[in-house]
Amino acid sequence: MAREIHGMVEKRGAGLWLTHVFMILGVLVIFFPIWLAFVASTVTQPEIVKPPMPLLPGDQFWNNYKAALFSGVNVPVATMLFNSLVMAIGIAFGKIIISLLSAFAIVYFKFPGRNVFFWLIFLTLMLPVEVRIVPTFEVVASFGMLNSYSGLIFPLIASATATFLFRQFFLTIPDELAEAARVDGARPMRFFWDIVVPMSRTNVAALFVILFIYGWNQYLWPLLITTDPEMNTIVMGIKQMFPSGDDVAEWPVIMATSILAMIPPVIVVVGMQRLFIRGLVDSEK
Amino acid sequence: MEKRVTFRGWLLPLLLIAPQVIISAVFFFYPAGQAIWQSLFIPDPFGLSMQYVGLGNFEFLLSDPFYRASFVTTAIFSILVTLCSMIPALFLAVLADRLIKGSGVYRTLLIWPYAVAPAVAGVLWLFMFNTRVGVVSWYLGQLGYDWNHVLNGGEAMGLVVVASAWGRISYNFLFFFAALQAVPKSVIEAAAIDGARFWRRFWTIVLPLLSPTTFFLLVVNIVYAFFETFGVIHTITAGGPQQTTTILVYKVFSDGFVGQDLGSSSAQSVILLIVVGLLTVVQFKFIEKRVHY
Repeated sequence: MAREIHGMVEKRGAGLWLTHVFMILGVLVIFFPIWLAFVASTVTQPEIVKPPMPLLPGDQFWNNYKAALFSGVNVPVATMLFNSLVMAIGIAFGKIIISLLSAFAIVYFKFPGRNVFFWLIFLTLMLPVEVRIVPTFEVVASFGMLNSYSGLIFPLIASATATFLFRQFFLTIPDELAEAARVDGARPMRFFWDIVVPMSRTNVAALFVILFIYGWNQYLWPLLITTDPEMNTIVMGIKQMFPSGDDVAEWPVIMATSILAMIPPVIVVVGMQRLFIRGLVDSEK
Repeated sequence: MEKRVTFRGWLLPLLLIAPQVIISAVFFFYPAGQAIWQSLFIPDPFGLSMQYVGLGNFEFLLSDPFYRASFVTTAIFSILVTLCSMIPALFLAVLADRLIKGSGVYRTLLIWPYAVAPAVAGVLWLFMFNTRVGVVSWYLGQLGYDWNHVLNGGEAMGLVVVASAWGRISYNFLFFFAALQAVPKSVIEAAAIDGARFWRRFWTIVLPLLSPTTFFLLVVNIVYAFFETFGVIHTITAGGPQQTTTILVYKVFSDGFVGQDLGSSSAQSVILLIVVGLLTVVQFKFIEKRVHY
């Protein structure tokens, strides 16, 4: 009986095959843009500018990637990759550190102005950088932080999401642990390092995955503050590789750069899938 | 919710909270305050002094046909992006949920586009539909359809919508799939015994049970379409042709940085602030509801 019901709910036989067929079709359609970019990054420029371009990879893989990585168009892509890496890791670590500290203060202390600070942080949830670009740009410029890593990183690490996440988590840590620490005469920071931080390990890792991708994929902010090609990040640098006017774009190099731009975040997402999904669900709650 | 056990002292917690508060003050509150302040002024033509105009910038904006058009564009754009990313995602999630084996493999493949930055997604789609070298536009040409998103506003809008929705399909898929897995199998089986076929079960049982997830995704996808699609638009159309793809965030950028009209750009920022505020309130109302669900 149970088996028959199962058969009614989960498809077997023809229905199962049909489900797989649709699923594979879906995956193919979704993958097509990435595949095409990959193919374009392995053929020669004349093969692309005389449409239709081939749909199977050519033999120019090494040439195109070498050209992109070490000469690029305005600046070698290797430089842009390094800048993106610094920015993404800086944002991820920066956010995690300041939010761990402030969440610890908010949860484990009663101090004057606590509620005011809490609400101030809460308000920052509502202000995406896109909304206040002009004045933020002026602040960064007045600090002389244009074309610098600190200019890329600091304006983007002030966000409340991570703080709220850690606050929620700290509230679930049993009170007995803090009590025991206090009875033993442990100082608050000792409790923080020995108990709170180790217990937050998984949350930190999940958040790192999400924040790394957030930082890596930034576009508008690096576009505004990095006028020097040496400081371009890869995601914003691709657009800069298109020529202005009527010149033909160097498609193989541009597409090789696009593939290079997506490899690190894809590795992080696919390689740490569990943590990624957990981070996604946690940070959106 | 409060901790019963807390540590004593006030200096330490202030030091702990200081980095976040200082960064928020310098890079959030001060610029936001500046935006509100500047929205009340217009600079003179030489940029030497500012003239106080009260709500003049806002009055001007709200009567500006271009700004109103941008509001409409944003509304159409975000509705389309939301639909084009949620419907395929739900379809794929329903399929994956029916599989006993192998759904993990599909999931791994389907989350790829999430990792692709909107600006990179823009370049990939631009490449496929490029008027000179694009593969898809070339085949469309063979079929007798002359694709040209550089001149045709409707096609430009279609392209930025698809490029923006593409990466979101992954995101929505993950949430729909998780929600589907959480639907109790016994309920579905009971309906199956009563003779309800798949589509009937889907419409009458599964979809209503998914409604909290659906509503949540509606809100976050609209927020995404509003604020995170700048890269797609900047790479594919740069707001054109004739401003048909100039969404509000793009207009803040083009008026403020390209047009150097600070007063108007700040007023637009303030209006966007209000929009973000409203969306956040909606989101929180919903989260409260879900806690009681």
